[in-house]
This record gives sequence, structure tokens and C-alpha cells, in this order.
Amino acid sequence: MSTVTDSPKTPTTKGGKPRLSDRAKAEQRLGWKLAMPAFVVMLLVTAYPILQAVWNSFFNYRLTDPANKEFVGLNNYIVSFSDSVFWSAMWATVIITIITVVVELVLGFIIALVMHRIVLPRRTLRTVVLIPYSIITVVSGFTWLFMYQTDTGFVNRWTNWIPGVSDNYDWFGSFWPSIFVICLSEIWKTTPFMSLLLLAGLAQVDSSMEEAAKVDGASWVQVLYKVILPNMKPAIMVALLFRTLDAFRIFDNIFIMTGGANGTNSLSGLIYRQTIDRTEIGLGSALSVILFLCVLVIAAVFVRGFKVDLTQGRN
Amino acid sequence: MGGDVGDPVHVVASDEGSDVETRRRRRIAFLAAAATAASLGLAACGDGGTGDSASQLTWYINPDGGGSDPAGGGQAQLAKECSDASGGAYTIGVQLLPNSASDQRQQLLRRLASKDTGVDIMSIDPVFVAEFAEAGFLAKVPADKKSELSKDAVEPAVTNASWKGEMYAAPFWANTQLLWYRKSVAKKAGLDMTKPVSWDQVIKAAKKTDTDIGVQASRYEGYMVWINALVEGGGGHIVENPGADGKDLKFGLESEGGKKAAAIIQSVSDEGVGGPALGSTDETTTLDMFQNERAGFMVNWPYVYAALKGAEVPWLSDLAWTRYPQTTAGTESKPPLGGIEMGVASSSTKQDKAWDAVSCLTSKESQKAYMLGTGNPAARTSVYDDPEIKKDFPMAALIRESLDASGPRPLTQYYGDVSSGIQREYSPPGAVNPSTTPEQTTNLLQDVLKGDALL
Repeated sequence: MSTVTDSPKTPTTKGGKPRLSDRAKAEQRLGWKLAMPAFVVMLLVTAYPILQAVWNSFFNYRLTDPANKEFVGLNNYIVSFSDSVFWSAMWATVIITIITVVVELVLGFIIALVMHRIVLPRRTLRTVVLIPYSIITVVSGFTWLFMYQTDTGFVNRWTNWIPGVSDNYDWFGSFWPSIFVICLSEIWKTTPFMSLLLLAGLAQVDSSMEEAAKVDGASWVQVLYKVILPNMKPAIMVALLFRTLDAFRIFDNIFIMTGGANGTNSLSGLIYRQTIDRTEIGLGSALSVILFLCVLVIAAVFVRGFKVDLTQGRN
Repeated sequence: MGGDVGDPVHVVASDEGSDVETRRRRRIAFLAAAATAASLGLAACGDGGTGDSASQLTWYINPDGGGSDPAGGGQAQLAKECSDASGGAYTIGVQLLPNSASDQRQQLLRRLASKDTGVDIMSIDPVFVAEFAEAGFLAKVPADKKSELSKDAVEPAVTNASWKGEMYAAPFWANTQLLWYRKSVAKKAGLDMTKPVSWDQVIKAAKKTDTDIGVQASRYEGYMVWINALVEGGGGHIVENPGADGKDLKFGLESEGGKKAAAIIQSVSDEGVGGPALGSTDETTTLDMFQNERAGFMVNWPYVYAALKGAEVPWLSDLAWTRYPQTTAGTESKPPLGGIEMGVASSSTKQDKAWDAVSCLTSKESQKAYMLGTGNPAARTSVYDDPEIKKDFPMAALIRESLDASGPRPLTQYYGDVSSGIQREYSPPGAVNPSTTPEQTTNLLQDVLKGDALL
């Protein structure tokens, strides 16, 4: 909260690009020096495993069969891209990402608006909203699984008035119903995160602008679309970016609920199966690299395409 | 003590600062607490993972009826008894593995691959011995222990404990499936149960009496058990050249036995005798079907006898059992083989003590106690002649006969891939077609093992 409300007041360097003063240069040097230890540690713990994975992805290498390790070049990538299993995992991942992010954005925005207006139990409300997010995903996954299973579940008894849903309806027996429950669990759990990020954005909007618009006779809808949304666009974009990256790496809920049956496996699930279950380090690494590139592309599209400035939080 | 001067301005200033001050202090306290908690956690991990005392052995057990209770009649009790009997030479501590065989394999694999010295003895599903042995994770059975550990054990269990001519594990208990049926249903169908029956006969009888056959056809290891028993019973073998490298592995799914197996699965599904949800049946659901009289026949492990007795089903006198059905009428059936083999990790620093412990844990007395305590059939045939066993297990003789005749699942270091590939292509059972499914499965398995397909 405090960081966000502070940021509009801090003077941004205006047109500081052409020439840096001595002081600015010194500050920059100091900045590098201060950040260096963290930077080195980050390189060690992230760059090294990433490079190792890239290296492994060029081999046909099974952990339980180390004698037959051989260099296969790009074959693991070719196998991945030409296999229908990969594309079905990609499809499930994309579908889940789109559904959850869109629904969470709308729901999260509504919750953020409510939290922004409500004055009295403000702190309590914000804490309460965060509860689902604080629950471990595996636990919430099991909870939703138990709710929808035919033997332990109670949801069917509540919804059996819907045509097609009987007391014995198997939600995990085919693709779309499984995806529905998986998305529901994801949305329930991560909407609070979205709404808190959006709340920070709402707090950025100068209330005097809203008042000015109202004085000019703008309706509530006009204020929302012409004043609030344009002014919090950076916050929305940051929230979308974080959630998309998160949703794209979905694993826990699918692992718990369907184990990847009926085409519901995600990319992360596929990687898990190749690497951990089959101990095919080569294929698994190739898939991990592909997932990594997908995440990079998503981040690049958001940052470059929508000009999201992560450091400033504004355009 | 100059700071004590009661200067009003100073007091006000410090008062304003105190908020920041306490916040900072609180933060430091929190950090300190977090660091302490983290280091405690790490220390606890270190203690639990490696028993550094020279006589402390750690045995990773699959969950059984006894759990980790040293008086529960299960492996934990054997651990305690053998520790006491060793006269202080070793103390066996147990660690519980996950419930499913695949999860057990995964956890052991992770520990073994990282050369965890905290693993000494392991209870391993027979199908994973080959994979672990090929990777060099298992210690060879010492020459002087071989005869003792394999003495009068059923032959297929010893075969499953060996890999490429070397023995890597000791048979602990051996499991097999029987055909359980209700006498009244068989009588109504006119099926003569005194003679061996075939799958075709059982399917016909179930259809005639409008009952189901309990089989395991969900996409899991139990389905592989069924498919393998059918293929073996038809004279085929899923893997025809065990021990070969992945690229050279030959599959027998398209053999006559393989096609007959697929035809039986298709017929169970087409005739509608597999129950309302054939594609999601496992041991528990089939037992339920059988228990509530929906199913007149069921193939299942011997534990169901104790389960039905414990549930006090009113029709217990109607219960009967016979040998696993024949794939091809007139050819002896090959019942499934399960159970547990006991191995020692090659990364263990106390292998000598561990093998001594294995000798005790798999002795005739231990196997008998384990069979009485948990209902899991012993691997040593002499146990079945014991009067106590005969009294508790009226089908003991049949179990022994089935074990001797059993057709183990393929011995290959790629067992996990072979099994999941077959499960994938044979699911759902309603889509199995003898003229296409075996061929497609063979192609998939060949691609997977060459590294040309994902699984």
C-alpha cells in the first residue's frame, strides 16, 4: 500500500536521458554496487540451473539408464513439437490460463472497488479477502476435489436441478467438466491476489479527478471508463502479467484432481511426468525450456506490447 | 547516563520515533524467529534422514495393515522383533512410503538417484526391481545369502528378484489373484466350477444371470495386471526379450495371446458385464460390486476374503473361489503375481548389517507372522503347510498353486513406460479393439522407448 501511494509524489527524472550529472552517475554506480551481491546470487541460483536444463535438453538421458546417454541435438524439441500429447497439454494450459485470468480480472476488480469504497472494517475486510490466497494450493485442490467427487462430494446434491447434473454426475470423467472445476478452484484461490493488486491501482487514482468529472456531470459509468480505468491501466497490466505467468504454470490443482486424465494435463504436468516419473531428463529438460520460453514470450508481450513499466507502476 | 536528562523536546522527538523504532525491532525479532525456525527445520531434516549410529538401519516400507505401529502385525512389528532378536547388532527403524506403487517407486527413485545414505532396506514392488537394479541402485545379494533367501520361495517371485542373472532382492511376500464367485450365481448359470473355467464362459454366465464381473480396468497399474494376466494366459508375453535395450525391445501384444486378451476386454465391455463404470474400476470398487451382490464373479487378491468376513456379509456361505480364469479354454491360466521384494540400497553404508536384517525379516517365521498379521501371502511355500495358516486361510493351497503357476509382469528396466503406455492405449476399455489396439500400442511403446514420443 504505502509504496504505491508514495510513488506519485516522488519526482521522476524528466528527460534525464541525454546527459547524466556527476551525481547521477555516482548514484548509478552506487546502485550497481549495492545490487551486485544480490545479482551474483541470483545468477548462481537461477542462471546455472537454466543453463544446465538447456544443456541436458540436447541429450537422450534417462536417470535410471545413464549408460545409454547420448547426444541427440534438437531431437527432443522436434519430438515435443510433433507429439499430440504436447499440443493437448498446451491447449489445456492456454484454456485454463484464459478462463481463469479473465474471470479473476472481472471478479477481482469488483472486489477491489468494494474494498476501496468501504471505510469501516477496512483492515478486517482486506485480511478476510486474503484468506483463500493464504491456503496451500494442494490443500485447496483436495477440498474442491472432495466437494465434487461422487462419493464424498455434496455439490451434486445442490446442483442436481441443473439439467445434465445428476447425483452421480462424474465431474472428473471428461475434459470440460474437469476444466470447469479446476478453473473454479484456481479462481477461488487467486482472485484475492488480483483484487489486492487492483486495489493498489485504484488507490493511485487521484480522487480530485473523479470529483472534477462528477462536477462536469459524468455518470458513474463514464467516471469508471474515462477516469478510473485509464489512470489505473499500469496496475491492471501488472496484475494481468503476474496472474498470466502464474496461471500458465498451473500444476497442483490438475495433479490433485485429475492427475492429467482426459487431456487435462498442463505443460508443467507433462514436464513432471517426463522428468520425475519417467526420469527422462533430456525430454523433460527440453519441455522445461519450452515452458520457460513461453513464459518469456508472455512477459515480453506484456512489457513491450502494452508498455508495462514494472519499476514505476505507471506509464 | 547523559541521555536521561529530562529534556521535554527530546522526549517528544523520541516519542515520535518510537513507532518506527518498535516496528524495526519487531521486524528484527521476526527475522530472528524465522531464521531460528528455518535452522531448526533443517536440523530436524538432517536428524531424520540419516541415522548416523552404526547399528541403526532404516527400512522404507509400503503401507500395510500394521502401519508404523510396532504391535500392529505388519512390517513395523517385524522390524521390532528382528531388532530385538539381533541382540543389539542392529536396530531397524521404519519409514512409511506413499500408498500407490507408482508413488512408492517415485520416492525411492529420487532417494536412490541422489545416493541417500539414509536408505538401507526397501520394500519394493516386484516390477521395479529390474529398473532399480539396471540403474545400479540395488546391492547384489551376497553369495552366502542367496540360497537362504530364495529357499523354497515360489519360483516366479525369485525370477522377479533377479536381473540379468544376478539376484538383487529377497522375496518377502507374494500375491496372486483368484476368481471369487457366488455359488448360487454359478449354479444358476449352469457353470461347472469343479473344472477350470475360461473368461468366455464366465462372461457368458454373467450375462445369462444378469450379474457383473468385477475386473480392474481403471487407468492404473491394476489394469496392467489384468492385461498381463490375459496375455500370459494366452501363451504370449508383453515383452518378448526381457533385458534388451529400449530400442531393441520386442513386444508380444500382437501375438495370438495378445489379440485374444484384447478380445476378452472388448467382450467384457460390449456384453455390459463389467459394471456401470468399467473404465473406473479398481480393487475397492470391484469388491464393493461383489459385496453388494451386483457382481457374481470377481478377480481380486486374497485380502478380499478377510474383508468380506470382516464386513459380515449375510451371504458368506455362498462365497467360493477357484483358480484365475483361462484366456484360451483348455490352456492353463497364468494368474497375476504381486507382492513385495526386499532390497538393500547400494548407497547404504551398512550393507552387511542390512542383509542380516533382511534374512531375519524374510525368514519363514517372519513371513508366517506377516501372513497372519496382514493377510498378505508368504513367498515361501513351506508356510502354506503350517496348520495355523491352513486354519486362517482356507484357500491357502489354491494361493500356493496359483503363485507357482503365475505369469509375472514383464521384466524390463523400462517397466514404468511399458505399463503407462499400455494403460494409455487400452483406456477406456470400451474402445479396445483386437485388430487395432495391440498394433497401435506396440508402435507407441517403440516410439516412446526410442525417445521419439512423449508419455
